[in-house]
Amino acid sequence: MSDGLVVLGASYAGVQIAVSARESGYEGPIAILGDEAELPYQRPPLSKGYLSGKVDDATLPLRSAGFYEEYRIKLHLGTAATAVDRRGRAVVLADGTEHRFDRLAFATGSRARTLSLPGADLDGVYTLRSLADARQLLAAMRTAERAVVVGGGYIGLEVASTLVTAGCQVTVLEASDRLLSRAAAPPLAAFVTEAHRSRGVEVVTGVQATRLLGEAGRVTSVESTDHVSRPANLVLVAAGAIPNGELAVASGLACDQTAIIVDACGRTNEPEVLAAGDCAATRQGAAVLRLESIQNATDQGRAAGKAVAGRAEEHPVVPWFWSDQYELKLQMAGLVAGYDRHVIRGRTDSGRFGIYYFRAGRLIAVDTVNKPGEHLTARKLVASPAGITPEAAADESVNLRSFLKAAQPAS
Amino acid sequence: MPEVTYVATDGSERKVEVPQGRSVMHGAIQNGVRGIEAECGGVLSCATCHVYVDPEWVDRLDPPSEDEEDMLSNTAAERRPGSRLSCQIEVTDDLNGLRVQIPETQS
Ligand SMILES: Cc1cc2nc3c(=O)[nH]c(=O)nc-3n(C[C@H](O)[C@H](O)[C@H](O)COP(=O)(O)OP(=O)(O)OC[C@H]3O[C@@H](n4cnc5c(N)ncnc54)[C@H](O)[C@@H]3O)c2cc1C
Ligand code: FES
Repeated sequence: MSDGLVVLGASYAGVQIAVSARESGYEGPIAILGDEAELPYQRPPLSKGYLSGKVDDATLPLRSAGFYEEYRIKLHLGTAATAVDRRGRAVVLADGTEHRFDRLAFATGSRARTLSLPGADLDGVYTLRSLADARQLLAAMRTAERAVVVGGGYIGLEVASTLVTAGCQVTVLEASDRLLSRAAAPPLAAFVTEAHRSRGVEVVTGVQATRLLGEAGRVTSVESTDHVSRPANLVLVAAGAIPNGELAVASGLACDQTAIIVDACGRTNEPEVLAAGDCAATRQGAAVLRLESIQNATDQGRAAGKAVAGRAEEHPVVPWFWSDQYELKLQMAGLVAGYDRHVIRGRTDSGRFGIYYFRAGRLIAVDTVNKPGEHLTARKLVASPAGITPEAAADESVNLRSFLKAAQPAS
Repeated sequence: MPEVTYVATDGSERKVEVPQGRSVMHGAIQNGVRGIEAECGGVLSCATCHVYVDPEWVDRLDPPSEDEEDMLSNTAAERRPGSRLSCQIEVTDDLNGLRVQIPETQS
């Protein structure tokens, strides 16, 4: 009997690889090995509805236990993989057990970056990546009066929005000169910054935390490069994520630091090994592109799963992402890097608008605020070769969907 | 508990008890009903939870919000009169017996 497919990491990418392999006709055994104890669950609510009380534990699982049984996918949860022996085709777990494989897939995701600052290990200092983290943060929020969020990316800002709405005094410290410096273009970042300031969040950019001070082992304040000491009884470090590719590096796979290099079908440089999701990256010319999103984990996972079943095929995909802060639904379609022009569709002061980004006249990305229908159209527009002109995009009397109809192939 | 019937594209049916206050999407995902993806987990960001509500039931649901309405024009499978996003249909006792059909595709 074949040893089958072993997937490392039980979350979006891992589940998708397993499901797509099955749905594409793979008949061998499939095992998913995950270090977290829970059934694979949704991460996005952890910084949003889970903290505000809108989402509870019962809605978090990605799929029911019965679903995995029906797909003949074995889940081994609660134990980390500690070594991969590629020659011997086996994965070793922390409890000493071995899982043999014919095909191996890395879906180990990423982990929260921590600070190596004095005081970073005080009580009251949190990171947010897992359900266990979210439970701790939620408990701490009940007594939080003053919070400092270190890092002005999406996760930090989502938590800041919940904290300030709950009546906490909140400061966001961002080391670069603006919020969302890695994940969004300046026009959207400017709108988001204003949204936070107008609701009472102190947004400080170009400033780094230098030291966390505490009493009796609990954090009491945060010092930073602007020579200010801010009192805080809750500190969230939201300073980005590091790909969990150490086992892949150790087993000799091609990696960029700890990101595993894959092609458009989720294949690594070794034919029997695949990777998908936050732990994987693709080469784009000389650059390496790694995305952290549900869309990417799902699409890459699907491609890798098909490759396991011998049905590798390249599909053009438009990256997309969402973030909910206050009553604002932010949605990003496409990749904004390298844009040379942008136009606004609608009025920013209405709180419902779109930002259309162009490079050399071609639409490459669209951010929308509180326009989920337009976001879906925008994804198709970014994918369509015909695209749209900046003038048409900026003109609200123009029906965007008419450009899609015109662009449909004649076949 | 109110019961919802999910009709697959091949006509087969799954009856699921869905707790009051949960969505039709939740009932599908937590009971292994195939064909509803729900990539965004129910926050009106993805439109991969599309269903066709049985004609008999369409008018007994609260109408879609403006945002849902806009998204329904952009679903992967064709839009039909009973098209709804299942994460936006909250199950109540009044909806006991609700029937929804799963579309061909969600993405
Ligand atoms: C708080 C938060 C909010 C987010 N919000 C959004 C959002 O709104 N929209 C969006 O698109 N994306 C969002 N993201 C990003 C999204 O959740 C990730 O891109 C996605 O989870 C990546 O999926 P993955 O399966 O690649 O990795 P992960 O979800 O990180 O899962 C990897 C799994 O592998 C496990 N693992 C790692 N090493 C080992 C090992 N050696 N052995 C066994 N198991 C191992 C990990 O513990 C984890 O369970 C958010 C992320 C966080 C943390
Ligand atoms: S689950 Fe995403 S819109 Fe319904």
